[in-house]
Amino acid sequence: MWQWLKQLYHRLGSPKWFYEITEKWIPWLAVLSALGCVAGLVLGLAYAPADYLQGNSFRIIYIHVPAAILAQSAFMMMAVAGAVYLIWKMKMAAWVAKVVAPIGASFCLIALFTGAIWGKPTWGTWWVWDARLTSMLLLLFLYFGVIALQQAMDSEESGYKAGAILALVGLVNIPIIKYSVEWWNTLHQPATLKLTEKPSMHPDMLIPLLIMIVTTYLFFALLVILRTRNEILWHERKRQWVKEILEN
Amino acid sequence: MHPKRKKRLILILFLVAGVGTAVGLMMYSLSQNINLFMTPTQMANGEVPVGRTVRAGGLVVAGSVERSDQGLGATFRVTDGAAEVTISYDGILPDLFREGQGIVALGQMSADGVFIASEVLAKHDENYMPPEVKDALEKAHTEGKQALESARY
Repeated sequence: MWQWLKQLYHRLGSPKWFYEITEKWIPWLAVLSALGCVAGLVLGLAYAPADYLQGNSFRIIYIHVPAAILAQSAFMMMAVAGAVYLIWKMKMAAWVAKVVAPIGASFCLIALFTGAIWGKPTWGTWWVWDARLTSMLLLLFLYFGVIALQQAMDSEESGYKAGAILALVGLVNIPIIKYSVEWWNTLHQPATLKLTEKPSMHPDMLIPLLIMIVTTYLFFALLVILRTRNEILWHERKRQWVKEILEN
Repeated sequence: MHPKRKKRLILILFLVAGVGTAVGLMMYSLSQNINLFMTPTQMANGEVPVGRTVRAGGLVVAGSVERSDQGLGATFRVTDGAAEVTISYDGILPDLFREGQGIVALGQMSADGVFIASEVLAKHDENYMPPEVKDALEKAHTEGKQALESARY
């Protein structure tokens, strides 16, 4: 197992191997995320029952929660890739961190935006400076900071390094976002989906949400793979194997 | 592992742990300010000075909502299970406002112990269910209570 992981790790460091293996994954990821999106949204918007308290306005959960989860997962992925780059100087890791940053920032923005739209009809306000909302806004600014640092340096390598360090420092915000609704009193409600307990949601409402979360991960994987392949082609453009691909 | 890489790994672990500890301590010492609202217990203990603008939060006590005959004004009591505070508000209450619901009000404590709100926000919890399920749950709850009471006598 350990040997296999080690082998996989070394292979992931090879741009050529990554480019060739992901070629076959792209159509699957594209089809699955399209199907999942249609299934999840149709089930969520048309078939799930309205909530006893919030009526139909709760349905924005099918965008809001997947986007918020992805924004945090993407940040963790970016920080881990940054650490791999700092420790092993693996170029692939730096490129992955670079391509994940704007995708994660987009999901974060979607989560904040849909949250505001949800807040107005239920809470009665678009925005309140409670711990959950503020820490999520901080996550967006951390993304902006990482993107800016990656681009700001004269040499690409020092940009990647600075971005990776900020991503690792910003990692502390992730548990704060998660537990903000438990540590402090907030306007935002606690989590519906819990790791250890049963979700506090009716199954007819829960299944579309789970479909949407899985779909969003697949879509995220697709975006990261497509963008990483672009990075590979650009950085390896002088290599023979890339020239051969581009000529065909 | 290459000693140089090991050194960098340890450095990064120290960075993450150090930042985590520093931020954790900061959050801990600031927790009073991070809380969005004061609870009725805190207000009953006199932790809220008269005239200072704060947020108060709690559950609306069943049967405590009195709407004024003229205008939008309403008074109601909120509770956290231990203490109650009366809130008076002159404005449009949010759609989700109802008895038993959690609310957060922005306003000031008056000298006579009534909290004068200038904004009332509704909280909702993390439970989602269709109306039929909610009705069934409530029915089961009252029936269970009755069964318990009849069993007692």
